[in-house]
Amino acid sequence: MRALPPWALAVCCLLSGACAATKHDYSAYRQHLPRSILVLPPLNNSTDVNASYVYLSTVSQPLADCGYYVFPVAMVDGFMKENGLPGPGEMHAVPLDKLRDVFGADAVLYVTIEEWGQKYLVLTSTTVVRAKAELVDTVSKTSLWSGTAYVSEGSGGAESGLIGMAVAAIVDQIVDTMTDRVHDVAGTANRGMIFNANDGFLYGPYHPQYDSDSRGR
Amino acid sequence: MVANTQALMARGIVRVVIAILPWWIAGCAPKPLYYWGRYETLLYEMYAKPGQADPATQIAQLSEDIERAQANGQRVPPGVHAHLGYMQFLSGDLAKARAEFETEKRLYSESATFMDRLIGRMPN
Repeated sequence: MRALPPWALAVCCLLSGACAATKHDYSAYRQHLPRSILVLPPLNNSTDVNASYVYLSTVSQPLADCGYYVFPVAMVDGFMKENGLPGPGEMHAVPLDKLRDVFGADAVLYVTIEEWGQKYLVLTSTTVVRAKAELVDTVSKTSLWSGTAYVSEGSGGAESGLIGMAVAAIVDQIVDTMTDRVHDVAGTANRGMIFNANDGFLYGPYHPQYDSDSRGR
Repeated sequence: MVANTQALMARGIVRVVIAILPWWIAGCAPKPLYYWGRYETLLYEMYAKPGQADPATQIAQLSEDIERAQANGQRVPPGVHAHLGYMQFLSGDLAKARAEFETEKRLYSESATFMDRLIGRMPN
């Protein structure tokens, strides 16, 4: 663990909630630790139609790097669509037994996107991704873990006056830049959610620290 | 006006990340276990920029990534062989698709149920 000056630790502590009195209860998660995770396309409560699938494209890497087998998300989506489930709403309604039978998944990650994209303030904009996620064991059907991926990233002129900032805000509205930016923020949000030492995922069986991870033991 | 815009952008649109991201203080910064290559970029492009990630493009890029991983002694991540097989399936190359599904199953036994299901539906 890196040594940080006390003031930095205090700031980090406040930002992260790491100094919260209650520790996250990992007992159910530890008891049913999955080897494999099936991520379904997220439900979308945001105003951006692309949110679900752009989010989905950023979640495999952190989950796999955390030590889990992650089913190929595009294949899962394609397979379910081919089998009469046109979208996330229908996919989330499939019973756990069926998902286990078809995919052989130990656990399913259900995600709901709450906020996605650009928020415009007077002269600046922020890019926000907020998504709730829940990991459910397919055998016992218990909820193993739940949490939120949340990042809000602001941009504004470093200097120069009102005109400069207005121009910057207009430039930010170029669609490709926006899509790429929210995609990057989603990746950051997912990594933050999964790798949070206090509230994040336990290391999975492929991770070198799987045995030494004392959380929930 | 254009020069001014560029200068403003160049001078830095300061990005202040107001993130709830304590992982860096916990010291468990994620280290990649695998060689990821362009897999997630291709997933992104499939959905956000479909013209840039047609099956042929994905086959070419993923095949290259797999070769590179093997050359560097790094592991191909979960799902990548299977996804490549899926692209080959969409391109009509069933033999190669089947081979990739078999590889995925061999590397990751967790995938066996799903891979067997796909292989079982393919003509022999």
